[in-house]
Amino acid sequence: MNFDFSEEQHQLRDQARRFLTEHSTSKRIRQVLDGVAPYDRAMWQEIAAMGWLGAAVPEEYGGAGLGHIGLCVLAEELGRSLAPVPFSSSVYLATEALLIAGSEAQKEELLPQLVAGDLIGTLAWAEGNGNPNPQRIKARVSGGRLSGVKWPVPDGGVADFVLVLARDDSDRVVLALARMGAAGVHPETLETVDPTREQAKLSFENVPVEVLPGDGWAALNQVLDRAAVLTAFEQVGLAQMCLDTAVAFAMERHAFGRPIGSFQAIKHKLADVYVATELARSNAYYGAWAMTANGGELPLAAASARVSATDAAWLAAKENIQTHGGIGFTWEMDCHLYYRRAKLLGLTLGSNPWWKDRVVAALESRNAA
Amino acid sequence: MDFEDTAEEAAFRTEVKTFLAANAEPKKRGAPPSRSRNVGPEELARAKKFQAAKAGAGLVGLTWLKAWGGREAPPIFQVIYNQEEEAYAIPRGVFEIGLGMCIPTMMAYATQDQLKRHVGPALRGEEVWCQLFSEPSGGSDVAAVRTRAERDGDTWTINGQKIWTSGAQFSDFGIMVTRSDPTVPKHMGLTFFFLDMKSPGIEIRPIKQASGASHFNEVFFTDVKIPDSQRLGAVGQGWRVSLTTLMNERLAIGDTPRPDVEDLLDLCRQIDLDGEPAMQNVAVREKIADMQVRSQGLKYTRFRTMTALSRGQTPGPESSIGKLVNAAKLQDIASFGMDLLGSAGVVMDKKLAPMNALFQEALLGAPASRIAGGTDEILRNIIAERVLGLPGDIRVDKEIPFNRLPTGKR
Repeated sequence: MNFDFSEEQHQLRDQARRFLTEHSTSKRIRQVLDGVAPYDRAMWQEIAAMGWLGAAVPEEYGGAGLGHIGLCVLAEELGRSLAPVPFSSSVYLATEALLIAGSEAQKEELLPQLVAGDLIGTLAWAEGNGNPNPQRIKARVSGGRLSGVKWPVPDGGVADFVLVLARDDSDRVVLALARMGAAGVHPETLETVDPTREQAKLSFENVPVEVLPGDGWAALNQVLDRAAVLTAFEQVGLAQMCLDTAVAFAMERHAFGRPIGSFQAIKHKLADVYVATELARSNAYYGAWAMTANGGELPLAAASARVSATDAAWLAAKENIQTHGGIGFTWEMDCHLYYRRAKLLGLTLGSNPWWKDRVVAALESRNAA
Repeated sequence: MDFEDTAEEAAFRTEVKTFLAANAEPKKRGAPPSRSRNVGPEELARAKKFQAAKAGAGLVGLTWLKAWGGREAPPIFQVIYNQEEEAYAIPRGVFEIGLGMCIPTMMAYATQDQLKRHVGPALRGEEVWCQLFSEPSGGSDVAAVRTRAERDGDTWTINGQKIWTSGAQFSDFGIMVTRSDPTVPKHMGLTFFFLDMKSPGIEIRPIKQASGASHFNEVFFTDVKIPDSQRLGAVGQGWRVSLTTLMNERLAIGDTPRPDVEDLLDLCRQIDLDGEPAMQNVAVREKIADMQVRSQGLKYTRFRTMTALSRGQTPGPESSIGKLVNAAKLQDIASFGMDLLGSAGVVMDKKLAPMNALFQEALLGAPASRIAGGTDEILRNIIAERVLGLPGDIRVDKEIPFNRLPTGKR
């Protein structure tokens, strides 16, 4: 039995933890929160220089070839540190989508630039309210031109290109690659619950696009499964950080003549957060294993990792504020940054009721097999 | 990351599989969990026969010293054995307390001669042991022992009552903690013994549980004599000995109580909800997903624990969550399964209730799993204090002599 990270992966974690503790500080996160910049450009460049953006990209496209497990390690640290960079959009969505569905020419052109951080990519499936559903896709590609409105698009306002889920002339769902500099693209940054991660509304009017080969809906499902596992690691990192913060506060803060952490109302609450976080961590490990070793189990593993991590991050973030009491609800405490991010991460790939249905669908198809 | 055994582990697993295939019957699908059955005379004889074969094959006391019939194997071997045994209908629960808690305590405190007398027969299943800790007046507060031990020369006289003793009715020996000095604070006045369960003055009565079954006993002591040579540890040091026993609790690995999510799926495939297949109902699907995520999260937490053991490390604190999660999940699944049957959910008649009334029986038994072996509340305290490092409860009984502590009416 070897169901844990390797020595090298633990070293990668230590390196990431050191870098992000030093750089992803409250002050720098708040620069983005306050709208001074849409993301932390300096941090992005350093992350690119360390090779993190290409951790799971094969070496032939300029990546480090560490595999997806290395990326999981980084994701946990990025989640823990609330890093205000478009990592998830560019790496989990755009890079993974190109690896899964891009033509050879598209991979050769775009992947090295994504790895270097010179290009930021994203993926646009949503058209307003609702979870991923082919019936809801109205954006259309006709004669190599895309028209439609997509929102919310993560990092849509900072991306250089976007992979858009649209219908072609024969009504098939496809992925279309649109460059943000092209004429007819109108990005608009949206006000959201978590301004440290940009979200945009993108309007396309007759924008020239390249259509990726293959079935766009099938590709989206594969991308979502991988992104669900990677995001689960971010959520686990966030949940653990909230738990650590709440425990530290409960030891320090005194009320009624004793540390509040000596009251069972607080102890049992934090024990429940611990349990949820460990269940989520174990489900995320299963997702990491499935992503690298067994694609057949990925739909079940990814959906379970997603559901478990969304529950844990939400519980940890809200109970962290509750443990802090009034001070936890002030702007200057960071509690609300985790609370905002927890909810964002739980929605951005589709919400939990939808992912729960995917858990059961995967169980059904496993039993049918 | 993988789930593979090392070469040594794989060889051991093959050995276990070969032994089990030759000596035990595979579990039938839909059979009730072996733990929930009462152990009658036939069952006991079967358990003893199997234990003798298991000991003969060198599969008992895997981590013990070779001098005591063990193998000096790492703890992962015990986990591998338990995993393989899960697939077989083996009478469980007869020897676990003796071999998992009593004999390891003896090994730490008994004399060489006593060990020579007792370890072999326990290992081979010839003698059964029980553990006498809980009392009516002290549940979670394990040290609140009232059973008195009074010394006269080389003999101790025991008076009092123990409760929730599994297997007392067929045990040959027991270990027990007693109050030898009520005039000092709670933890300081305890003394620990092992004793012959056939001693005069011991009366054993089964407890009829809320579920109707009887898995436990009350044990009454009236002027029971124990020689001082059977004292384990110093006079007044019984709490320290008790901690040795509690630390030797079997690695909580492998047991998933039923019904679990697979059973819930089986049920949902069989039934309609007001004309609609249950599997198509949104609320049902959401519940199945919730249970799947918890069950699977525990499964892979066990794999993480095994990984630590396999690498020769001490398992991390994550191994402490299993019982807390499983107990609540069991009660939740049992109740939800019955809800799906509408008013017929109340019916326990096995000819009518789906799956041999598995859900109904589990519902009635489920409160026990949230209490026995550490209540939900004590487990949360343990996680908060030992894992998260939060302060211990404020103790009002720490400095006060035991016989001056306030007592309630229950």
